[in-house]
Amino acid sequence: MRQPLVVRILSALDAKAWTALGIFLAIALVAVPILHLAVPEDSAFHVSTYAITLVGKIMCYALVAVAMDLIWGFGGILSLGHGLFFALGGYAFGMYLMRQIGRDGSYQSDLPDFMVFLDWKELPWFWVGSDNILWMSILVLALPALVAFVFGYFAFRSRIKGVYFSIITQALTYAAMLLFFRNETGFGGNNGFTDFKRILGYGITSSEMRLVLFGLTALALAVTLVLAAWLVKSKFGRVLTAIRDAESRVMFIGYNPLWYKLTIWTVSAVLCGIAGALYVPQVGIINPSEMSPANSIEIAIWVAVGGRGTLIGPIVGAFVVNLAKSWFTVSFPEYWLFFLGLLFVVVTLLLPQGLVGLWKQFKERSGARA
Amino acid sequence: MSPNDAPFANPLTDGHPEGSDGTEQMGHAVSGDLDLSHGVALYLEDITVSFDGFKALNALTLSIDAGELRCIIGPNGAGKTTMMDVITGKTRPDSGKAFFGQTIDLTRLSEPEIAHAGIGRKFQKPTVFEKHTVFENLELAMTTDKRAWRSLFAWLAGNERDRIADTLRLIRLDQEAYRPAGLLSHGQKQWLEIGMLLMQDPKLLLLDEPVAGMTDDETMRTAELFVSLAGKHSLMVVEHDMAFIEKLGGKVTVLHEGSVLAEGALAEVQNDQRVIEVYLGR
Repeated sequence: MRQPLVVRILSALDAKAWTALGIFLAIALVAVPILHLAVPEDSAFHVSTYAITLVGKIMCYALVAVAMDLIWGFGGILSLGHGLFFALGGYAFGMYLMRQIGRDGSYQSDLPDFMVFLDWKELPWFWVGSDNILWMSILVLALPALVAFVFGYFAFRSRIKGVYFSIITQALTYAAMLLFFRNETGFGGNNGFTDFKRILGYGITSSEMRLVLFGLTALALAVTLVLAAWLVKSKFGRVLTAIRDAESRVMFIGYNPLWYKLTIWTVSAVLCGIAGALYVPQVGIINPSEMSPANSIEIAIWVAVGGRGTLIGPIVGAFVVNLAKSWFTVSFPEYWLFFLGLLFVVVTLLLPQGLVGLWKQFKERSGARA
Repeated sequence: MSPNDAPFANPLTDGHPEGSDGTEQMGHAVSGDLDLSHGVALYLEDITVSFDGFKALNALTLSIDAGELRCIIGPNGAGKTTMMDVITGKTRPDSGKAFFGQTIDLTRLSEPEIAHAGIGRKFQKPTVFEKHTVFENLELAMTTDKRAWRSLFAWLAGNERDRIADTLRLIRLDQEAYRPAGLLSHGQKQWLEIGMLLMQDPKLLLLDEPVAGMTDDETMRTAELFVSLAGKHSLMVVEHDMAFIEKLGGKVTVLHEGSVLAEGALAEVQNDQRVIEVYLGR
């Protein structure tokens, strides 16, 4: 019997995974708001604004890590330019946030401050409609999709693979960074966008807005996980992993890898765009440094640390590395990059399956002993 | 949006069978369906292929009946692989005719078109998807709509599951169906590869040294498998293992210097004075 699509998507996760996901959403959508708003600030159970912003930010990173895992862990394509798609989503939503500032900027103008500073008299054509949240939300999805599709089509059609592909993606994000650094490009130059005031007229720093953004991010992460689980368990996912393991054999039995790679590549880019759009209002700034090569490499490290080819691994990796980063950059800021490098070396040499692989081994061993 | 519907010519699809774009072109390139009405599956006449003056095939004439199991033997350099290359479209002959059934002219079709028309080839070295289960390996190989968009929503129909189950029994891997293919023995991988070939539903199977690296027991079971396939499929087996060929029991063709030296039952061929000279005179 052919099952309806909805049933198949729902059955992509087993009962245990659904329970975990339910608990996660209950915490993010119910417990955290109560603990933040209703519990007094001096109580031990109070969830601080700092904690909400930090976890919200890391959930955005986790979303990017899942997107990276889809192409790297399952498709065998290592992108070192995923920061670009993240930044594109972030910039698209940032444009809306800039317009929401209205006349509350330093120059009390209808134009964003940086345009007044450049002595521009009107909005450039590509800012048309940027005050419409619906249109900008469409761009959050469409811009990364378009860039990824066009770039991916030519790269995969030319059969660029492995380290060559990685280097080209790195160059792509670097070129985009240089472009966005220029003031004339029209996105605020090296300062980027910041000093956001509100979304849909509501203050962006209010507790309620922070909780809404936090909840939306948690929801986006949960939905992405379910869809990704369905994707990798579908026949599409099996062909994708087959392409990863023996591409020419896949072609020999009649599949065209181009469209499989291009589909997962574009989906991955769109997920990064969504993550970027959720990230910018929570951290309050977007600038071209998001497209720096180091940022994109860090994404790959999250996935490697957590364990690629598992969907939960990248989320674990994103949290572990970024929590460590938050602590390190406060306590020993000068040693952070050394630690990150060491972590990457250790994981590559000793934990090819990442932390999730380590956990599985541990469980198997203790299971064998019992 | 179905990206596979894109109209542009795609260099990627050239060189592999049943490509999404290639399917469109097959309608006019294949002159009609496979016609086995005269009982001939494969017909080669006066095929000559030369590489820089060296004649790899020299006026080779050979025909294989529908449902026949034919063994090809011959010393190294006799032209066995070149002949398979001509049949699968990898090499174009300088002159001569090559027909699949009554109507399909192999010299005018590309490799994916020939694969699509029903000729499957198994190379010497088995390549299976090691991390996928045996069942999944067969599922991926099965003839079906192989476009990316379709595979997102693909669902195995009952008859497709039955086909996979039948093939699993045939290649004696039904006990291993849900094990990763990487854990199979070398011989079992060879069988899985044969099973994947069968899932593509070819009418003519070209098998290049299929028992290389197998144990004696596995070799004998492979022979039984091939004998059971004959009738429904036509098979052309290139092998050096005489015990295996004896077990297959079909007609044997001896190639030498690019043309047929002798043809007949194994015992006849083995007593042929010219064949003995070729093999012993090396």
